Amino acid sequence: MANSDLTEAELEAAFQEKIDSEQKIEPKDWMPEGYRKNLIRQMSQHAHSEVIGMQPEGNWITRAPSLRRKAVLLAKVQDEAGHGLYLYSATETLGISRAEMIEALQTGAAKYASIFNYPTQTWGDMGAIGWLVDGAAICNQVSLQRTSYGPYARGMIRICKEESFHQRQGYQIMIELALGTPEQKQMAQDSLNRFYWPSLMMFGPHDSDSAHSAKSMKWKIKRETNDDLRQKFIDQTAPQIKFLGLEHPDKDLKWNAERGHHDSGEINWDEFYSVINGNGHCNRQRIQHHVKAHEEGAWVRAAMLAYKEKKKKQYQVD
Amino acid sequence: MTIEKLELFEVFIRSKRGLDHKHVGSLHAEDHEQALEYARDVYTRRSEGVSIWVIRSEDICASQEDDSESFFDPSDDKPYRHATYYPLPKEIDNM
Repeated sequence: MANSDLTEAELEAAFQEKIDSEQKIEPKDWMPEGYRKNLIRQMSQHAHSEVIGMQPEGNWITRAPSLRRKAVLLAKVQDEAGHGLYLYSATETLGISRAEMIEALQTGAAKYASIFNYPTQTWGDMGAIGWLVDGAAICNQVSLQRTSYGPYARGMIRICKEESFHQRQGYQIMIELALGTPEQKQMAQDSLNRFYWPSLMMFGPHDSDSAHSAKSMKWKIKRETNDDLRQKFIDQTAPQIKFLGLEHPDKDLKWNAERGHHDSGEINWDEFYSVINGNGHCNRQRIQHHVKAHEEGAWVRAAMLAYKEKKKKQYQVD
Repeated sequence: MTIEKLELFEVFIRSKRGLDHKHVGSLHAEDHEQALEYARDVYTRRSEGVSIWVIRSEDICASQEDDSESFFDPSDDKPYRHATYYPLPKEIDNM
């Protein structure tokens, strides 16, 4: 039976049945407008995060302490660009154009992970970002490998595979600093202090305050809640901080044997909302830089177009 | 029209929702529509798939074996792109 013979309610029921039985939704399938919109919002935000995320680390490429460190950092930033591309392409299967997404980013209509609005002040921050920020992102992305939209799930599988080195290279920077001179250890501690809490914020508001969570869970766009993923990250990070011999930034952190998890202190949500709403240290700078890079690339796009036209004409003559 | 004059199409099949379309082979057909029908008859007689893509073979742009050195060798000397390049301390069992 063709889709046109079914009512909206019947289509939606069939759609939900697919989701409930763990089948993936593919680009040409019928889907509710809300599902499409929700996915476009989440996936484009994810893509923007990969792209804007290049800036804080790009800041240290020319100042990496050794050639090897520079090559590693370059490779990581290069990966982020690639991940942005995978995600933009996957989002385009939902019927939105790349240009529309870029415009939404540049006008502020679309968000990106607010962690990237924090400045990178020292080399230690390259360690903390790889270890904590990529660590938190991986937690989230591992879970999203089971998301209900096929192209998103496949993109996540590819990204997770490539990203495993990001966290480890960051942790290695932290180990070297933490086991180094007292000044180096202090640098590691300072970076940990500045990036720990914002990393926890990456998982988003508490489930009880999350605007998109319930629908996203029903549609299996999200597979685990913000708070569950955050708990996972807190639990796995605690022994890593201990091994570094650094002080844990959360003074209320305590193992709870009954729950089998760590209890933790409350996040400063005022800071979270303030940064999301544009008042972080680098919000304006990040977007301005993106606009500048985009405009400076205009001549390349124009040249490619001109070349294509020229080839077309040649082809017609031949 | 003789069979030799028919165009070559490449066939890709998605065996299950959620998986990529995989190249399974090729066939001759008059146009896309016919290629799709033939592909169903030839490549999915045992329910091998839930979705088929067909594409004109001449529309595929492929890298050349002769180019493979300049294409792929630059990745060989970058072991730091792999997680295994960074040993984990014993105390941290996984990451």
